[in-house]
Amino acid sequence: MIANVLLEIRFDWGTVADYLFDPIIIRALRETMVIASLAMVVGIVLGTVLGVMRVSRNPVANVAAGLYVWFWRATPVVLQLLILYFGLRQVIENDLFRDNWTRWRAAVITFGLNEAAYMAEIVRAGIGSVEPGQMDAAKSLGMTQLQALRRVILPQALRIMVPPTGNEFIAMLKNTSVAFAIGVVELLNAAKIQSARNFKIMELYTVAAFWYLVVVSAFSLLQAELERMLAAGERERPETLLSRAMSVMGGSRGI
Amino acid sequence: MSGEPMVRCLDVHKRFGRLEVLQGVNLDVARAEVVVLIGASGSGKTTLLRCINHLETLDSGRIYVDGELIGYRETNGRLREDSERAVARKRSAIGMVFQRFNLFPHLTALGNVIEAPVHVRKVPRKEAERLGRELLAKVGLADKVDEHPARLSGGQQQRVAIARALAMEPKLMLFDEPTSALDPELVGEVLDVMQSLAREGMTMIVVTHEMGFARGVAHSVVFMDEGQVVERGTPDQVFASPRQLRTQAFLRKIL
Repeated sequence: MIANVLLEIRFDWGTVADYLFDPIIIRALRETMVIASLAMVVGIVLGTVLGVMRVSRNPVANVAAGLYVWFWRATPVVLQLLILYFGLRQVIENDLFRDNWTRWRAAVITFGLNEAAYMAEIVRAGIGSVEPGQMDAAKSLGMTQLQALRRVILPQALRIMVPPTGNEFIAMLKNTSVAFAIGVVELLNAAKIQSARNFKIMELYTVAAFWYLVVVSAFSLLQAELERMLAAGERERPETLLSRAMSVMGGSRGI
Repeated sequence: MSGEPMVRCLDVHKRFGRLEVLQGVNLDVARAEVVVLIGASGSGKTTLLRCINHLETLDSGRIYVDGELIGYRETNGRLREDSERAVARKRSAIGMVFQRFNLFPHLTALGNVIEAPVHVRKVPRKEAERLGRELLAKVGLADKVDEHPARLSGGQQQRVAIARALAMEPKLMLFDEPTSALDPELVGEVLDVMQSLAREGMTMIVVTHEMGFARGVAHSVVFMDEGQVVERGTPDQVFASPRQLRTQAFLRKIL
Protein backbone atom coordinates (compact mmCIF):
# COMPACT_ATOMS: atom_id res chain seq x y z
CA MET A 1 0.00 0.00 0.00
CA ILE A 2 2.83 2.31 0.98
CA ALA A 3 4.67 1.40 -2.21
CA ASN A 4 1.61 2.54 -4.18
CA VAL A 5 1.61 5.93 -2.43
CA LEU A 6 5.34 6.30 -2.99
CA LEU A 7 5.02 5.52 -6.68
CA GLU A 8 2.39 8.25 -7.00
CA ILE A 9 4.59 11.01 -5.63
CA ARG A 10 5.36 13.44 -8.37
CA PHE A 11 8.10 15.88 -7.33
CA ASP A 12 10.13 17.61 -9.99
CA TRP A 13 13.69 18.20 -8.68
CA GLY A 14 14.44 19.77 -12.03
CA THR A 15 12.10 22.64 -11.26
CA VAL A 16 13.72 23.10 -7.89
CA ALA A 17 17.12 23.34 -9.55
CA ASP A 18 15.74 25.75 -12.16
CA TYR A 19 14.28 28.16 -9.65
CA LEU A 20 16.92 27.91 -6.92
CA PHE A 21 18.99 30.66 -8.48
CA ASP A 22 16.27 32.28 -10.52
CA PRO A 23 16.81 36.07 -10.63
CA ILE A 24 13.32 36.83 -9.35
CA ILE A 25 13.77 34.49 -6.41
CA ILE A 26 17.22 35.84 -5.63
CA ARG A 27 16.02 39.42 -5.76
CA ALA A 28 13.13 38.57 -3.47
CA LEU A 29 15.59 36.85 -1.12
CA ARG A 30 17.62 40.03 -1.04
CA GLU A 31 14.47 42.03 -0.29
CA THR A 32 13.72 39.74 2.65
CA MET A 33 17.21 40.13 4.07
CA VAL A 34 17.34 43.88 3.57
CA ILE A 35 13.91 44.49 5.07
CA ALA A 36 14.67 42.24 8.03
CA SER A 37 18.09 43.83 8.64
CA LEU A 38 16.92 47.44 8.40
CA ALA A 39 13.88 46.74 10.54
CA MET A 40 16.16 45.05 13.07
CA VAL A 41 18.42 48.11 13.22
CA VAL A 42 15.41 50.35 13.84
CA GLY A 43 14.13 47.90 16.41
CA ILE A 44 17.43 47.63 18.28
CA VAL A 45 18.11 51.38 18.40
CA LEU A 46 14.58 52.34 19.40
CA GLY A 47 14.30 49.32 21.67
CA THR A 48 17.44 50.28 23.58
CA VAL A 49 16.08 53.79 24.17
CA LEU A 50 12.76 52.33 25.30
CA GLY A 51 14.46 49.76 27.52
CA VAL A 52 16.48 52.46 29.28
CA MET A 53 13.29 54.50 29.68
CA ARG A 54 11.63 51.50 31.27
CA VAL A 55 14.29 51.29 34.01
CA SER A 56 14.36 55.04 34.54
CA ARG A 57 13.07 56.46 37.79
CA ASN A 58 11.40 59.24 35.83
CA PRO A 59 7.70 58.30 35.88
CA VAL A 60 6.94 59.96 32.55
CA ALA A 61 9.65 58.04 30.72
CA ASN A 62 8.74 54.82 32.46
CA VAL A 63 5.02 54.96 31.69
CA ALA A 64 5.42 56.24 28.13
CA ALA A 65 7.74 53.38 27.26
CA GLY A 66 5.44 50.95 29.02
CA LEU A 67 2.48 52.07 26.94
CA TYR A 68 4.46 51.74 23.74
CA VAL A 69 5.53 48.19 24.58
CA TRP A 70 1.99 47.23 25.56
CA PHE A 71 0.43 48.51 22.36
CA TRP A 72 2.96 47.15 19.88
CA ARG A 73 3.16 43.74 21.47
CA ALA A 74 -0.60 43.30 21.84
CA THR A 75 -1.53 43.87 18.21
CA PRO A 76 -0.62 41.40 15.43
CA VAL A 77 2.08 42.52 13.00
CA VAL A 78 -0.23 41.93 10.05
CA LEU A 79 -2.75 44.34 11.50
CA GLN A 80 -0.03 46.89 12.17
CA LEU A 81 1.09 46.60 8.53
CA LEU A 82 -2.44 47.01 7.22
CA ILE A 83 -3.11 50.02 9.45
CA LEU A 84 0.18 51.72 8.73
CA TYR A 85 0.05 51.19 5.00
CA PHE A 86 -3.53 51.00 3.76
CA GLY A 87 -5.02 52.74 6.76
CA LEU A 88 -2.71 55.76 6.71
CA ARG A 89 -2.95 56.09 2.96
CA GLN A 90 -6.69 56.39 3.29
CA VAL A 91 -6.69 58.76 6.21
CA ILE A 92 -3.84 61.08 5.21
CA GLU A 93 -5.00 62.85 2.09
CA ASN A 94 -1.63 64.40 1.32
CA ASP A 95 -0.09 63.64 -2.08
CA LEU A 96 3.46 64.08 -0.88
CA PHE A 97 2.86 61.53 1.85
CA ARG A 98 1.15 59.04 -0.45
CA ASP A 99 3.91 59.27 -3.04
CA ASN A 100 6.62 58.65 -0.49
CA TRP A 101 4.92 56.11 1.73
CA THR A 102 5.78 53.07 -0.35
CA ARG A 103 4.95 49.50 0.60
CA TRP A 104 8.60 48.76 1.13
CA ARG A 105 9.17 51.72 3.46
CA ALA A 106 5.96 51.01 5.35
CA ALA A 107 7.11 47.41 5.84
CA VAL A 108 10.54 48.38 7.19
CA ILE A 109 9.12 51.01 9.54
CA THR A 110 6.29 48.81 10.80
CA PHE A 111 8.51 45.81 11.43
CA GLY A 112 11.02 48.13 13.11
CA LEU A 113 8.48 49.76 15.40
CA ASN A 114 7.04 46.37 16.27
CA GLU A 115 10.46 44.90 16.96
CA ALA A 116 11.37 47.83 19.22
CA ALA A 117 8.69 46.73 21.68
CA TYR A 118 10.23 43.27 22.01
CA MET A 119 13.77 44.62 22.13
CA ALA A 120 12.76 47.02 24.91
CA GLU A 121 11.90 44.06 27.11
CA ILE A 122 15.12 42.27 26.20
CA VAL A 123 17.15 45.37 27.05
CA ARG A 124 15.25 45.84 30.31
CA ALA A 125 15.90 42.23 31.30
CA GLY A 126 19.54 42.55 30.30
CA ILE A 127 20.02 45.64 32.44
CA GLY A 128 18.28 43.93 35.34
CA SER A 129 20.59 40.95 35.07
CA VAL A 130 23.67 43.00 35.92
CA GLU A 131 24.60 42.95 39.62
CA PRO A 132 23.39 46.00 41.56
CA GLY A 133 26.92 46.33 42.96
CA GLN A 134 28.06 47.49 39.52
CA MET A 135 25.76 50.50 39.61
CA ASP A 136 26.88 51.21 43.18
CA ALA A 137 30.52 51.20 42.13
CA ALA A 138 29.87 53.36 39.07
CA LYS A 139 27.89 55.88 41.09
CA SER A 140 30.44 55.96 43.88
CA LEU A 141 33.04 56.99 41.29
CA GLY A 142 30.90 59.99 40.37
CA MET A 143 29.02 58.67 37.31
CA THR A 144 25.42 59.66 36.68
CA GLN A 145 22.90 56.91 36.07
CA LEU A 146 23.08 57.47 32.32
CA GLN A 147 26.88 57.38 32.27
CA ALA A 148 26.85 54.23 34.34
CA LEU A 149 24.36 52.60 31.98
CA ARG A 150 26.43 53.48 28.93
CA ARG A 151 29.88 52.63 30.25
CA VAL A 152 29.29 49.87 32.77
CA ILE A 153 25.84 48.29 32.73
CA LEU A 154 24.93 48.00 29.04
CA PRO A 155 28.29 46.52 27.98
CA GLN A 156 27.73 43.76 30.52
CA ALA A 157 24.07 43.41 29.64
CA LEU A 158 25.11 42.86 26.02
CA ARG A 159 26.24 39.31 26.73
CA ILE A 160 22.85 38.41 28.15
CA MET A 161 21.00 40.18 25.35
CA VAL A 162 22.69 38.49 22.37
CA PRO A 163 20.88 35.11 22.38
CA PRO A 164 17.33 36.53 22.66
CA THR A 165 18.19 39.25 20.13
CA GLY A 166 19.46 36.57 17.76
CA ASN A 167 16.14 34.80 18.22
CA GLU A 168 14.34 38.01 17.37
CA PHE A 169 16.30 38.45 14.16
CA ILE A 170 15.55 34.90 13.09
CA ALA A 171 11.88 35.49 13.83
CA MET A 172 12.08 38.75 11.90
CA LEU A 173 13.51 37.02 8.83
CA LYS A 174 10.54 34.70 8.80
CA ASN A 175 7.97 37.35 9.75
CA THR A 176 8.83 39.41 6.69
CA SER A 177 6.79 36.85 4.79
CA VAL A 178 3.75 38.55 6.28
CA ALA A 179 4.60 41.67 4.27
CA PHE A 180 2.80 40.13 1.33
CA ALA A 181 -0.33 41.44 3.05
CA ILE A 182 0.60 44.86 1.78
CA GLY A 183 2.00 43.56 -1.47
CA VAL A 184 5.72 43.51 -0.83
CA VAL A 185 7.43 40.89 -2.98
CA GLU A 186 9.70 39.14 -0.57
CA LEU A 187 10.92 35.55 -0.72
CA LEU A 188 7.74 33.71 0.19
CA ASN A 189 5.53 35.93 -1.90
CA ALA A 190 7.82 35.51 -4.90
CA ALA A 191 7.71 31.71 -4.55
CA LYS A 192 3.93 31.85 -4.30
CA ILE A 193 3.59 34.02 -7.41
CA GLN A 194 5.87 31.76 -9.46
CA SER A 195 4.05 28.63 -8.35
CA ALA A 196 0.78 30.15 -9.54
CA ARG A 197 2.30 30.45 -13.01
CA ASN A 198 3.76 26.98 -13.42
CA PHE A 199 1.61 25.04 -10.92
CA LYS A 200 4.77 23.54 -9.33
CA ILE A 201 3.64 24.52 -5.88
CA MET A 202 5.68 22.05 -3.78
CA GLU A 203 8.83 22.66 -5.80
CA LEU A 204 8.70 26.42 -5.43
CA TYR A 205 7.98 26.29 -1.73
CA THR A 206 10.94 23.90 -1.39
CA VAL A 207 13.10 26.59 -2.97
CA ALA A 208 11.79 29.15 -0.47
CA ALA A 209 12.34 26.77 2.44
CA PHE A 210 15.89 26.09 1.25
CA TRP A 211 16.80 29.76 1.25
CA TYR A 212 15.23 30.43 4.66
CA LEU A 213 17.30 27.54 6.01
CA VAL A 214 20.51 28.84 4.47
CA VAL A 215 20.08 32.39 5.74
CA VAL A 216 19.05 31.40 9.26
CA SER A 217 21.89 28.87 9.52
CA ALA A 218 24.48 31.39 8.36
CA PHE A 219 23.17 33.89 10.88
CA SER A 220 23.26 31.31 13.68
CA LEU A 221 26.96 30.74 13.05
CA LEU A 222 27.56 34.49 13.24
CA GLN A 223 25.62 34.68 16.49
CA ALA A 224 27.71 31.91 18.05
CA GLU A 225 30.88 33.74 17.07
CA LEU A 226 29.55 36.97 18.55
CA GLU A 227 28.79 35.18 21.82
CA ARG A 228 32.37 33.87 21.88
CA MET A 229 33.74 37.35 21.29
CA LEU A 230 31.70 38.81 24.13
CA ALA A 231 33.05 36.24 26.58
CA ALA A 232 36.26 38.27 26.70
CA GLY A 233 36.31 38.91 30.42
CA GLU A 234 35.46 35.43 31.60
CA ARG A 235 37.76 32.93 33.20
CA GLU A 236 36.92 30.18 30.72
CA ARG A 237 37.34 31.94 27.47
CA PRO A 238 36.04 30.00 24.46
CA GLU A 239 38.33 30.69 21.55
CA THR A 240 36.72 32.60 18.73
CA LEU A 241 36.84 31.14 15.24
CA LEU A 242 38.37 34.39 14.08
CA SER A 243 41.36 34.06 16.40
CA ARG A 244 41.76 30.42 15.44
CA ALA A 245 41.73 31.37 11.78
CA MET A 246 44.33 34.04 12.45
CA SER A 247 46.66 31.72 14.30
CA VAL A 248 46.36 29.20 11.47
CA MET A 249 47.39 31.94 9.08
CA GLY A 250 50.50 32.66 11.10
CA GLY A 251 49.45 35.38 13.55
CA SER A 252 50.21 34.85 17.22
CA ARG A 253 48.10 37.51 18.90
CA GLY A 254 45.08 36.17 20.75
CA ILE A 255 41.90 38.10 20.15
CA MET B 1 43.77 66.76 62.66
CA SER B 2 42.40 70.23 63.19
CA GLY B 3 39.76 72.58 61.97
CA GLU B 4 36.38 71.63 60.58
CA PRO B 5 35.59 67.91 60.57
CA MET B 6 35.83 66.10 57.24
CA VAL B 7 32.56 64.29 57.93
CA ARG B 8 29.72 65.47 60.10
CA CYS B 9 26.59 63.37 60.56
CA LEU B 10 23.77 65.13 62.39
CA ASP B 11 20.85 63.13 63.76
CA VAL B 12 20.69 60.84 60.74
CA HIS B 13 17.58 58.69 60.39
CA LYS B 14 17.09 56.05 57.72
CA ARG B 15 14.26 53.61 57.34
CA PHE B 16 13.78 50.73 54.88
CA GLY B 17 10.05 50.15 54.78
CA ARG B 18 9.16 49.72 58.43
CA LEU B 19 12.67 48.82 59.52
CA GLU B 20 14.41 51.74 61.26
CA VAL B 21 18.05 51.13 60.40
CA LEU B 22 19.55 54.44 61.53
CA GLN B 23 17.89 56.00 64.53
CA GLY B 24 19.64 59.30 65.08
CA VAL B 25 23.32 58.91 64.28
CA ASN B 26 25.68 61.67 65.28
CA LEU B 27 29.25 61.26 64.15
CA ASP B 28 32.17 63.54 63.40
CA VAL B 29 35.27 62.41 61.58
CA ALA B 30 38.26 64.75 61.62
CA ARG B 31 40.59 65.29 58.67
CA ALA B 32 43.18 62.54 58.31
CA GLU B 33 41.39 60.55 60.99
CA VAL B 34 40.95 56.80 60.57
CA VAL B 35 37.69 55.65 62.13
CA VAL B 36 36.80 51.99 62.43
CA LEU B 37 33.08 51.22 62.73
CA ILE B 38 32.24 48.04 64.58
CA GLY B 39 28.95 46.46 65.54
CA ALA B 40 26.71 43.50 64.90
CA SER B 41 25.17 42.99 61.47
CA GLY B 42 22.02 45.06 61.21
CA SER B 43 23.47 47.75 63.44
CA GLY B 44 23.45 50.16 60.52
CA LYS B 45 27.19 50.45 59.83
CA THR B 46 26.97 49.76 56.09
CA THR B 47 23.85 51.89 55.73
CA LEU B 48 25.61 54.82 57.39
CA LEU B 49 28.51 54.49 54.98
CA ARG B 50 26.13 54.41 52.02
CA CYS B 51 24.34 57.50 53.34
CA ILE B 52 27.63 59.41 53.52
CA ASN B 53 28.08 59.17 49.75
CA HIS B 54 24.34 59.30 49.14
CA LEU B 55 23.96 55.82 47.71
CA GLU B 56 21.05 55.85 50.17
CA THR B 57 18.76 58.80 50.82
CA LEU B 58 18.10 60.17 54.30
CA ASP B 59 14.75 60.23 56.02
CA SER B 60 15.91 63.02 58.29
CA GLY B 61 19.12 64.57 59.51
CA ARG B 62 22.08 65.91 57.58
CA ILE B 63 25.46 64.77 56.45
CA TYR B 64 28.28 67.17 55.60
CA VAL B 65 31.48 66.14 53.88
CA ASP B 66 34.23 68.76 53.87
CA GLY B 67 31.62 71.37 54.74
CA GLU B 68 29.27 70.50 51.88
CA LEU B 69 25.78 69.14 52.52
CA ILE B 70 25.47 65.75 50.84
CA GLY B 71 22.51 64.78 48.68
CA TYR B 72 20.41 67.81 49.46
CA ARG B 73 20.36 71.53 48.93
CA GLU B 74 19.22 74.03 51.48
CA THR B 75 17.02 76.80 50.12
CA ASN B 76 15.31 79.17 52.53
CA GLY B 77 15.82 76.78 55.40
CA ARG B 78 14.19 73.87 53.61
CA LEU B 79 15.93 70.79 52.30
CA ARG B 80 15.36 69.70 48.72
CA GLU B 81 16.93 66.74 47.00
CA ASP B 82 19.97 67.68 44.99
CA SER B 83 20.12 67.18 41.23
CA GLU B 84 21.76 64.00 40.00
CA ARG B 85 24.70 65.94 38.60
CA ALA B 86 25.36 67.72 41.89
CA VAL B 87 25.22 64.44 43.78
CA ALA B 88 27.56 62.79 41.27
CA ARG B 89 30.01 65.68 41.56
CA LYS B 90 30.11 65.43 45.35
CA ARG B 91 30.42 61.66 45.17
CA SER B 92 33.48 61.91 42.95
CA ALA B 93 35.39 63.35 45.91
CA ILE B 94 34.45 60.37 48.09
CA GLY B 95 35.99 57.00 47.32
CA MET B 96 34.27 53.75 48.26
CA VAL B 97 35.59 50.21 48.47
CA PHE B 98 33.03 47.42 48.60
CA GLN B 99 32.96 44.01 50.23
CA ARG B 100 32.45 42.30 46.88
CA PHE B 101 34.97 44.54 45.05
CA ASN B 102 32.46 45.42 42.28
CA LEU B 103 35.17 45.71 39.65
CA PHE B 104 33.96 46.19 36.08
CA PRO B 105 34.46 42.70 34.58
CA HIS B 106 34.54 43.81 30.97
CA LEU B 107 37.55 46.08 31.59
CA THR B 108 41.16 45.29 32.48
CA ALA B 109 42.65 46.39 35.80
CA LEU B 110 44.02 49.53 34.16
CA GLY B 111 40.73 50.00 32.36
CA ASN B 112 38.89 49.91 35.67
CA VAL B 113 41.24 52.46 37.20
CA ILE B 114 41.10 55.00 34.35
CA GLU B 115 37.38 54.68 33.59
CA ALA B 116 36.15 57.36 35.99
CA PRO B 117 39.04 59.85 35.55
CA VAL B 118 38.58 59.75 31.77
CA HIS B 119 34.79 59.88 31.62
CA VAL B 120 33.86 61.79 34.75
CA ARG B 121 36.76 64.20 35.23
CA LYS B 122 37.65 64.32 31.56
CA VAL B 123 41.32 63.62 32.17
CA PRO B 124 43.10 62.92 28.85
CA ARG B 125 43.54 59.21 28.33
CA LYS B 126 47.35 59.14 28.19
CA GLU B 127 47.58 61.11 31.41
CA ALA B 128 44.99 58.88 33.09
CA GLU B 129 46.87 55.76 32.00
CA ARG B 130 50.13 57.11 33.39
CA LEU B 131 48.53 57.90 36.74
CA GLY B 132 46.67 54.61 36.67
CA ARG B 133 49.86 52.62 36.22
CA GLU B 134 51.43 54.51 39.13
CA LEU B 135 48.48 53.71 41.36
CA LEU B 136 48.45 50.06 40.42
CA ALA B 137 52.18 49.88 41.07
CA LYS B 138 51.57 51.51 44.44
CA VAL B 139 49.16 48.74 45.42
CA GLY B 140 51.64 46.16 44.18
CA LEU B 141 49.97 45.20 40.89
CA ALA B 142 52.23 46.74 38.27
CA ASP B 143 52.40 43.41 36.45
CA LYS B 144 48.63 42.94 36.34
CA VAL B 145 47.59 46.11 34.54
CA ASP B 146 46.25 44.29 31.49
CA GLU B 147 44.48 41.47 33.28
CA HIS B 148 40.74 41.19 33.54
CA PRO B 149 39.27 40.88 37.04
CA ALA B 150 38.30 37.25 36.47
CA ARG B 151 41.99 36.38 36.23
CA LEU B 152 42.87 38.03 39.54
CA SER B 153 42.66 36.67 43.07
CA GLY B 154 40.29 38.27 45.55
CA GLY B 155 43.07 40.19 47.26
CA GLN B 156 44.34 41.47 43.92
CA GLN B 157 40.83 42.49 42.86
CA GLN B 158 40.29 44.43 46.06
CA ARG B 159 43.62 46.21 45.61
CA VAL B 160 42.57 47.17 42.08
CA ALA B 161 39.31 48.43 43.57
CA ILE B 162 41.26 50.58 46.02
CA ALA B 163 43.41 51.95 43.19
CA ARG B 164 40.27 52.64 41.19
CA ALA B 165 38.79 54.66 44.04
CA LEU B 166 42.06 56.53 44.61
CA ALA B 167 42.26 57.47 40.92
CA MET B 168 39.59 60.09 41.52
CA GLU B 169 41.81 61.76 44.17
CA PRO B 170 39.17 61.60 46.89
CA LYS B 171 39.23 63.57 50.14
CA LEU B 172 37.59 60.72 51.99
CA MET B 173 37.70 56.93 51.60
CA LEU B 174 34.88 54.67 52.76
CA PHE B 175 35.57 50.97 53.23
CA ASP B 176 32.64 48.57 53.61
CA GLU B 177 34.05 45.34 55.06
CA PRO B 178 36.87 45.34 52.52
CA THR B 179 38.35 42.01 53.60
CA SER B 180 35.27 40.06 54.63
CA ALA B 181 34.98 38.26 51.30
CA LEU B 182 38.65 37.31 51.14
CA ASP B 183 40.42 34.10 51.99
CA PRO B 184 42.42 34.63 55.19
CA GLU B 185 45.84 34.54 53.54
CA LEU B 186 44.83 37.36 51.19
CA VAL B 187 43.56 39.71 53.89
CA GLY B 188 47.00 40.97 54.84
CA GLU B 189 47.91 42.40 51.44
CA VAL B 190 44.76 44.51 51.42
CA LEU B 191 45.17 45.71 55.01
CA ASP B 192 48.77 46.69 54.20
CA VAL B 193 47.55 48.93 51.38
CA MET B 194 44.96 50.47 53.68
CA GLN B 195 47.59 51.05 56.34
CA SER B 196 49.92 52.90 53.98
CA LEU B 197 46.97 54.97 52.83
CA ALA B 198 46.27 55.90 56.44
CA ARG B 199 49.91 56.83 56.97
CA GLU B 200 49.69 59.24 54.04
CA GLY B 201 46.97 61.12 55.87
CA MET B 202 43.81 59.93 54.08
CA THR B 203 40.59 60.37 56.03
CA MET B 204 39.11 56.88 56.25
CA ILE B 205 35.95 55.33 57.65
CA VAL B 206 36.31 51.56 57.74
CA VAL B 207 33.60 49.05 58.58
CA THR B 208 35.47 45.90 59.49
CA HIS B 209 35.79 42.95 61.80
CA GLU B 210 39.59 43.03 61.58
CA MET B 211 40.38 44.08 65.13
CA GLY B 212 44.12 43.89 64.52
CA PHE B 213 43.76 46.62 61.90
CA ALA B 214 41.60 48.65 64.28
CA ARG B 215 44.17 48.42 67.02
CA GLY B 216 47.14 49.11 64.82
CA VAL B 217 45.86 51.76 62.43
CA ALA B 218 42.67 53.37 63.69
CA HIS B 219 42.60 56.65 65.61
CA SER B 220 39.04 56.01 66.80
CA VAL B 221 36.81 53.02 67.18
CA VAL B 222 33.06 53.61 67.02
CA PHE B 223 30.65 50.96 68.23
CA MET B 224 27.18 51.02 66.71
CA ASP B 225 24.14 49.12 67.84
CA GLU B 226 20.54 49.28 66.62
CA GLY B 227 21.10 52.30 64.46
CA GLN B 228 22.92 54.49 66.96
CA VAL B 229 26.44 55.28 68.03
CA VAL B 230 26.79 53.67 71.43
CA GLU B 231 30.41 54.28 72.26
CA ARG B 232 33.47 55.93 70.82
CA GLY B 233 37.07 56.13 71.86
CA THR B 234 40.61 55.20 70.96
CA PRO B 235 41.19 51.51 70.21
CA ASP B 236 42.72 51.05 73.63
CA GLN B 237 39.77 52.68 75.37
CA VAL B 238 37.12 50.72 73.51
CA PHE B 239 38.79 47.32 73.43
CA ALA B 240 40.45 47.29 76.84
CA SER B 241 37.93 49.24 78.90
CA PRO B 242 34.56 49.61 77.18
CA ARG B 243 32.18 51.74 79.19
CA GLN B 244 28.82 50.66 77.83
CA LEU B 245 27.26 47.30 78.59
CA ARG B 246 26.29 46.71 74.98
CA THR B 247 29.85 47.36 73.87
CA GLN B 248 31.13 44.90 76.44
CA ALA B 249 28.63 42.26 75.33
CA PHE B 250 29.57 42.67 71.67
CA LEU B 251 33.31 42.57 72.32
CA ARG B 252 32.93 39.47 74.43
CA LYS B 253 31.40 37.74 71.46
CA ILE B 254 34.09 38.63 68.98
CA LEU B 255 37.34 38.97 70.84
